Parts: sequence; structure tokens; C-alpha cells
Amino acid sequence: MSKNLRINNKQFVDETRKLSFVFNGKKLYGYKGDTLASALLSNNIHLVGRSFKYHRPRGIMTSGSEEPNAILQIGNDDALTEPNVRATEIELYDGLICNSQNCWPSVKFDIGGINNFLSPLLPAGFYYKTFMWPASFWEKYEYFIRKSAGLGKSPTKQDPDMYDHRYMHCDILIVGGGVSGLIAAKIASDDNKKVLLLEDKELLGGSLIYDDNDISKIDNQKSSEWLKRLIDNINNDKNIIIKTRTSLAAYHNYNFLLARQNLTDHLSVNDRNNKIRQRLYKIRAKKVIISTGAIERPQIFHNNDRPGIMLASAVKKYIDYYGVRCGLENVLFTNNDSAYETALSLHNSGTKLNAIIDIRDNSSSEIVTKIKSLGIQIYWNHTIVNTKGYKRIKKVTVMKLNDKGNDVIGKKIELNCDCLAISGGWTPMVHLFTQSGGKLKFDNKDNIFVPDKTNLNQLSIGSAKGDFELDDVLINSIKDTKKFLQIENSNFDKIDVKCSKEKEKKNIWLLPSDKPLSKTKPFLDYQNDSTAKDIKLALREGFKSIEHVKRYTTTGMGTDQGKLANMHALGIVADTTNTNMGDLGTTTFRPPYTPLTFGTIVGRNVGQFFDVFRKTPMHDWHVDNNAKFENVGQWKRAWYYPKDGESMHDTVQRESKAARKSSGILDASTLGKIDIQGTDANEFLNRVYTNAWSKLQVGKCRYGLMLNEDGMVYDDGVTTKLGENHYLMTTTTGGAANVMSKLEDYLQTEWPELNVFLTSVTDHYATASVCGPNAKKIINKIFKDLDLSDESFPHMSFKEVKLGDINCRVMRISFTGELSYEINVEASYGKYIWEKCIEAGKEFNITPYGTETMHLLRAEKGFIIVGQDTDGTMTPVDLQMDWIISKKKYDFIGKRSLYRSDTIREDRKQLVGLLTDDPNEILEEGAQIVKDENKKPVNMLGHVTSSYFSPTLKKSIALAVLKEGKQLKGQKLLVPMINKTIKVTVSDTVFLDKKNERING
Amino acid sequence: MFLINCPYCGERDQSEFISGGEAHIARPKQPTELNDDQWAEYLFMRKNIKGVQFERWNHAHGCRKWFNVARDTSNDKIEKVYKMGEQPPKL
Ligand SMILES: [Zn+2]
Repeated sequence: MSKNLRINNKQFVDETRKLSFVFNGKKLYGYKGDTLASALLSNNIHLVGRSFKYHRPRGIMTSGSEEPNAILQIGNDDALTEPNVRATEIELYDGLICNSQNCWPSVKFDIGGINNFLSPLLPAGFYYKTFMWPASFWEKYEYFIRKSAGLGKSPTKQDPDMYDHRYMHCDILIVGGGVSGLIAAKIASDDNKKVLLLEDKELLGGSLIYDDNDISKIDNQKSSEWLKRLIDNINNDKNIIIKTRTSLAAYHNYNFLLARQNLTDHLSVNDRNNKIRQRLYKIRAKKVIISTGAIERPQIFHNNDRPGIMLASAVKKYIDYYGVRCGLENVLFTNNDSAYETALSLHNSGTKLNAIIDIRDNSSSEIVTKIKSLGIQIYWNHTIVNTKGYKRIKKVTVMKLNDKGNDVIGKKIELNCDCLAISGGWTPMVHLFTQSGGKLKFDNKDNIFVPDKTNLNQLSIGSAKGDFELDDVLINSIKDTKKFLQIENSNFDKIDVKCSKEKEKKNIWLLPSDKPLSKTKPFLDYQNDSTAKDIKLALREGFKSIEHVKRYTTTGMGTDQGKLANMHALGIVADTTNTNMGDLGTTTFRPPYTPLTFGTIVGRNVGQFFDVFRKTPMHDWHVDNNAKFENVGQWKRAWYYPKDGESMHDTVQRESKAARKSSGILDASTLGKIDIQGTDANEFLNRVYTNAWSKLQVGKCRYGLMLNEDGMVYDDGVTTKLGENHYLMTTTTGGAANVMSKLEDYLQTEWPELNVFLTSVTDHYATASVCGPNAKKIINKIFKDLDLSDESFPHMSFKEVKLGDINCRVMRISFTGELSYEINVEASYGKYIWEKCIEAGKEFNITPYGTETMHLLRAEKGFIIVGQDTDGTMTPVDLQMDWIISKKKYDFIGKRSLYRSDTIREDRKQLVGLLTDDPNEILEEGAQIVKDENKKPVNMLGHVTSSYFSPTLKKSIALAVLKEGKQLKGQKLLVPMINKTIKVTVSDTVFLDKKNERING
Repeated sequence: MFLINCPYCGERDQSEFISGGEAHIARPKQPTELNDDQWAEYLFMRKNIKGVQFERWNHAHGCRKWFNVARDTSNDKIEKVYKMGEQPPKL
């Protein structure tokens, strides 16, 4: 720390706690209470980065979230490093390591700086214009753009930190703990409301808390003293929950807000262990009060971006809060009274103020009079036309303004300085208000956009609504809050505020220079290097909408979202095009207001908690038996069970051979199950499935196909008649929830007259499906008293039996074409019955098989899988399943659509089988099918939907959807792949056991 | 993320509900009597207006009941929630 830059005895910085940190490899010191920015400034470091396009040296400019320049890379650990951190927003901690971004090899000597001299070649829209053409060069351009863009480095390893989410509810949410927010909180609490108060800094109080001058007074006390008493009061108020270091990220409809709290970022790295780093609050508030304050505007003049040029309010905060002088030779440049408070702070701290340049003619407020009386030179009606100093400002050149304020006259005056504090007035922080859908209106007197209409229960108060002087802020905040909360009286009603400033200011969006505009660099967006000249160029090139001008010039598109000078950009557009700023509108403010880490967004939903997953009751057995799993919806399904060293292909061949030759067993618990009861249950099934259900007897099962109202296949499955008015419907694994919802929809809205009740029982039952020629013998070993003869227990029927005390529902149904039984038991017995089957099947080499083998087995039989062989554009007719459409039923879901002009087209895509000419060639699922690959453009006829090598048939088989497929049986077609073309022949969809003989063992 | 006042459960977060599109489009009682155009009118044509729209919503992660909502599509403000079979409010 430089001794003469640090002012001692400031209450917010703890000088007994010295902290070390490293900036660009150099070890430096600061104090507890410093931000990284104030610590750097106390070491006389202004230059912290390079600008994005021209690589101009840039210094710390602000003391808050609007900071455009001081964005640093924090940490040097591959997992913990964080780019784009604003030095003004990070509290200093012991051992902090930070580096400048966007400069190589160093911030002091930067090769990209040559862009600054090339700047006439880098006008607005340069990137759009240059890198557009030719398109084939884009890959090369992108490499260079990314390299020179370089805004920091992302971490390359997994984030080891813990993040948290929490829901909160409150009567009144107050965003911003400055004086107006604190007053509102107290008024609401006194009215017995539950208040949640958010403050993004470490301490409450906003800018008034460190206001050391004694010109402004509240109730005859120094305003900061008055405020401290209010804060003490609020800290002890049980109705008020305070969250500090918490910034609001987003304000959504219905007063749903997201806020992020920093919990450990201010601690030294060692103190962070096992603590939650950041917490995201999801807040529902009955009412919201926005008291986010205002941001000081810069002024727009030639070379207004040198290190050492700072906002006047920031210079004041560094002195009064952190006890840090930003320079030893200061000059102030303003268009309003508030910079005179900075003058007073400079004076009171014994810091040299060389001059004040004010573009106004005069001011006679108390504070200006006081400054005048101190003998400080004020240049009224003057402006800065240029600045000098490459890595730090050294001089400003000042000239007199003409009467209109659009040109400069007279002699040039040169003033020395190492810090130039600028003030262009204030911009209310209306970002949250507009995020929430609120509409702004333009205030022509103050040249600001202020909140106007909103649909939400919200209020903006204080300088966030455009009140900038202390008396206005306090008196209007009290009045507005009372009205908003419908309160008659408050404890603040007799407040007495003494304020010293004049409200008049003079506004010139772009200050004139002695040079023509084309020769100057008046910066608007410091991060993206856009200047007033770029805006004018965009307008000349025909851009009119402010949204287009923004994108073309990239003004306001950096990480600071143009918080500083968006208003000037608008002002210059309005001036140039002779438009009223109110008619021009603003660009859209999008969340997040300040950047969020990805960690905060995902919270605890990482790793195994990324998504919910469902396990069947037999899951542990599958794990113990080396199953590989596949995700089906949220389910983990056993995919295949490789034996040591087996590939997936080999496993599937082995599993399917065993199922066809002797026996296999599949965990079918994931199939959706809906229990259907009621006197109209049968009629209901008639309406939702395409086939007829009236004649189904108790104890029988039937396959059903369900359509959408548009006639397209939606789901399929077997339904069993358990009792006279009682059915168990199965659905596809992935479709279960949607089918349930669809059926409820029809029952509740279209057919409320039906007496039917639906219950989802998917999780209530576990299902083991035993198939193969030896299935009957295995089932017989388990259920010794059960008559398994074809007469008593034929295909597509069901029996209820007991195994000890366990109720078992046994269905004889088959998805493999083999003789097969499905045993359904209450879920808690699932693993027991599974192990029972494995034990009973041992002598028959019972082989557990997964979904992959199941897919192969059913494909050999030409059974479809909804969602694999269908895609929402296939009718039953397209699937060659005409047999399942009842001709007798008057109506069912989707029936009318089956004879729309489009669905009866002959040339629709239809399901067919495909056989490769080379039986060992396996087609790729998704591959395109063509007739002639030489005639361009190649006509696509369809694509492969399922493809396998069948060990039983010893050849490759595939299902495909093909235009006019039904007519093409026997035709030779082509499947072009990246390095070869596969010859195929269209076939029947049933490849194995066309007469269905295996179903009886 | 708006709040919906389920007529059976009370006010709940939007994430508990699924939307079922425009309301008061009854499924024709005799679809087979309709020509292609009339059926397409029922099947595909929706108003999708800017302003207050009558919609069907389902409390999928709650009581599973379907009901109607009058929602302003321009700002998601819900003017009224009413049960299936009830007439839409006059606006
Ligand atoms: Zn409900």
C-alpha cells in the first residue's frame, strides 16, 4: 500500500487485519473490508486490463456492478478459477490471486494494442462485414476471433464447490438496502408485515452510510448517524429477514424472483472448506419494493477511457468508505451538483483537487458555494476536449463551450492530473422493473427513463424511480411506501431533511471537441470499445431500431450489459435522428442482472442428482449380475448382461439364442400399469383402443393400439380383464405418464358420464417375464398346483395364484414370439420372485436378458416398438396393422382421422422389412433408403428404424419405413453409407415363425 | 413461473400443472358425420389470440383434475379459474 494513498481511521476497513494478495504475479497488501478494486487503488494500480477490440489500457472506473473495465481472472486452480470477476464486487481475502484478462503477453505490453493504431480499419460492424465472406473461411476466422476475443478462461476441471437452492416466501420483498429500502422495510415491519430485505453488499446503508459531510442532515443529525440508528433498529426487528451479499438476478412474472447469495467468496480459501459457496433463493413475494438506487453516468468526450478516469461517485466512495485516494492530483468534470460532494470529500481528506470543470453556467447551491469559498478553481461553461497519458491519465485539455453547447471556443487550457473524476448525472436502475415486464416512460427534464406501468404488485422507490436528492428520496419513499402498503401513518411522518444541492443539471450526450468527430474516440461502451462515432456510422448505414444499432455496434453487449453509457448511446441516436428519446425506447434488459455462476444455477442437481432415476425392485440383482443399464425415460433398465470380456454384440447373440432354445427371463417391471375400474370400464376401452373389447372374457388378455385424435399411433400394450368391471392396462415404459394423463383428460372432459376410475399402479407391481420352449417347465416348478395346459391356460389368458402368502398374477402373453409367462407380484416381492425363477430355471439354463435382446427377439417377429418404429406420423395402416382396426365400432379416438385425404394416401411411408444382400451386413438405424443414388438430388424414400443380426436366422434383419413400402416387396433398394452402399431387398416384416407356432412351446 | 389457483387444491406453482391448450372445443359427438374440413376444424384449428384466452389446465402433480383458466396471453395474468362444464366468464 502506498502510504500517501491510504487515509487512516476509516470505520469500514479494519486496519488491524492486513491481507496479502497477488495481482499479475506481484504480491500486494490490503485490509479486511477492502474490495479488490480498493486494494489495487491503494497500491496506486489503475491499469488492470485491456479493452476488447482495440486493446486500449483500461483502469478501474467504478465502485460497483456497473464496472466495465476491471474484470479479472480470479484464482489459478484449474477447477476453481473464475473469469470475468469485477474487482469492484469482490471482497479482498487473504491469499487472493488474480490476473488481467484480454492481454498478451502482459497488461503493460500488449500485442493486441496494435489494434488501437489500426482502429480506422475496425469500424462498427467490422466483424460482420469482414468475416461474412467467403463462408468457407469461417472456420479460420473463428479461430482468430476467439483467440483475440479472450475474455478470461473457463475452469477446465469439475467445480468442487457446493451450491444450494432455497425457497422463500414473504409479504414484502425489498431489493436494495440503501436508505430508501431501509425506510420501506421499517414501515412495512411496523405494519406487521413479513419482510425480506436483500442487499448485494456486505453492509446495509447504501451510499448514505459513508456520507461524511455535514451539509445534509436528517432530523438535525448527520445523515450517516441517523441512518446507523435506523440500521440498528432494523437489525433487531423480528419481522425483517436480512440477506446481505445477496444480489437479485432475475425478476419474473407473478413476483417470482431469483437472488444469489455469496456465502464464502469473501473468505480465505482455507476457511471455505465444507461450506456452501453460493445459495440461490427462489422467492415468492406478495409485494416487491425495488430500491436498487442509481448509477452515475460518465460524460462522453474524446479519449474518455484512460486509466485514472473514474466516476466521481466512485472516487468519493473510495475515499469515504475505503479510505483510499484514487489520485494525488485530482480534477473533477461534471454537469451537476453531485460531483461537488466528491470535491468536499477530497477536500476534507486533505487530497489535492486541482480544478473543477463544469459544463453549466453556474450553480449557487449551498454545496457549490462552500466549494467556491474553499478557493478551488471552477471552470464554468467549459468542457474537456482531450486527455493525455497512455497507461495513466496525465493531462486534460479544456475549452469553453459556445452558447449552443455544440462547439468549443477560445483557448485551450491544459491541466495536470492523475485522476479525473467525471459525473454526467444519474441513471435509475430500472433493470429489474423492466425484466418483470414493466413499461418505462421518459422524463424529459432529467433525461432519464423511469418506471411507469406494471401488472405486478410492485413499487420502485428512491433513486431507482428517479429521486436523486436526499430530501426527495426520503420524503417520497415514505409517501410512496405508505400508499403502496395502504398505511395511514408511519413513524417517519415528521422527518426533517436538509439538503444542499441544486437539482438543475445540463445534459449534452456527446460533448464537442476541437477535432472533427471522425478523429476522436469518445467511448460509450468501454468493454466493447464502441464509440459515438460507431453509433453515427450505424445510423448512416441505415440502422434505425435501437436494438439493431446495439447489435451492429455491440454497444451494451459486454458482461456489464452497458450499464454505464447505454443512455448516452440512446441520446446520441435521438439527437442524430431528431427523435424524442421517449419514442426511441430502450433496448431490452434481460436477466441475469449480474452474472450468475453455473454452480448456483444447478445447485445440488449434479452427478447422480442431476435427474431423478427409477429402479425396479430387481435392480440390485441386475447390478450384482454385471448388467449394463440403459435409460428409458427415468428408468434404469437392464440393457444386457455381459459375461467376462463379452462384447455387447456377443452378449445379445448369446442371450437371444438361449431365449429361443431354452429359456430367458426379462425384468418387465417398468412397463406402465394402469388399474381401470368401474361399470363403464369396458366401454371406455372400446373408445380408447382401435379394436373391439366388448367380448373379452374375465381372465383373458388382449393387445390394444391407442391412437391420437389425428390417427397416429400413440401407445400400445396388453390389457387384462381381471374382473367384470376391473382391468389392468399396460403401456410402454416411456409413455406411461402421458397415457395416464390423456385417459384422465378424456374421462374428465369429454366423457364425464362414464363411470370409470383410473389408478396408476406402475410402481406397485414387479414383473418377471419368463420365455422360451422350457418356460412352462420352469413355471410349473414354481407354481406346482397351477394347471398350465393349453386348454386351461391358453395364450392371452391370466390366472391369479398364491405362492405361500404372495398373490401372483400370471399372464401368458408374449412379446418375443416364444411361449412365455409374466409373473406380476407386489413390488416388495419382486426380487424374491425373480430369484425364484432363476433358481427354478437353472437346469434349463435360464438366461437373464436385457432390453437389447428383447428388441432383437421382437424384431424377428416383426412386433413394433412405439417410438422406435413409429414417430408420431404412422397410422396403424402405415404399420400394416389394419387387422387391429375394428370395422364395427362407431367411434374410437382417432378413427375419423384414418380416412382423411392425407391418411388414405397410397404413397405414405409404410413399415416394411429389409434384408441385406450380404447377410452379414448390419444396417445402421436411421440410415436413409434410396432407389437411385446417382440422380441428384437423391430422392429419399425412407429410413431404417430397427436393425439387428439374428443368430437364429443367421442373417441381418431390419425394419424400415418406406414410401409406398407395401407395393415394394421384393424390390432391390440401396442404403448409401459414408464409405459404401449397401444393397437391400424389401421383405415382409415377420422374419421368424410366420405361422406363430412357437407361442405354444 | 406463474401461480394457478386450482379449484380443488388452491394456489400452487405453475410447475405442478400442464397446459391442455384452448378450452371449449368439444369433441364432436358423431365424428363420422363430418367431412374432412369440419374434422380438421376440430382437430387442428386454434385461435392463439393475444389477450384473454380460455384454456384447459391439468393439476398433473396434484389432484390430477382438469379445469379451465381464463389467461391473458400477453402478460400471463389469470382472470379466472373455473371448473370443467362451467361457462366461460364474460369479459
Ligand atoms: Zn388440484
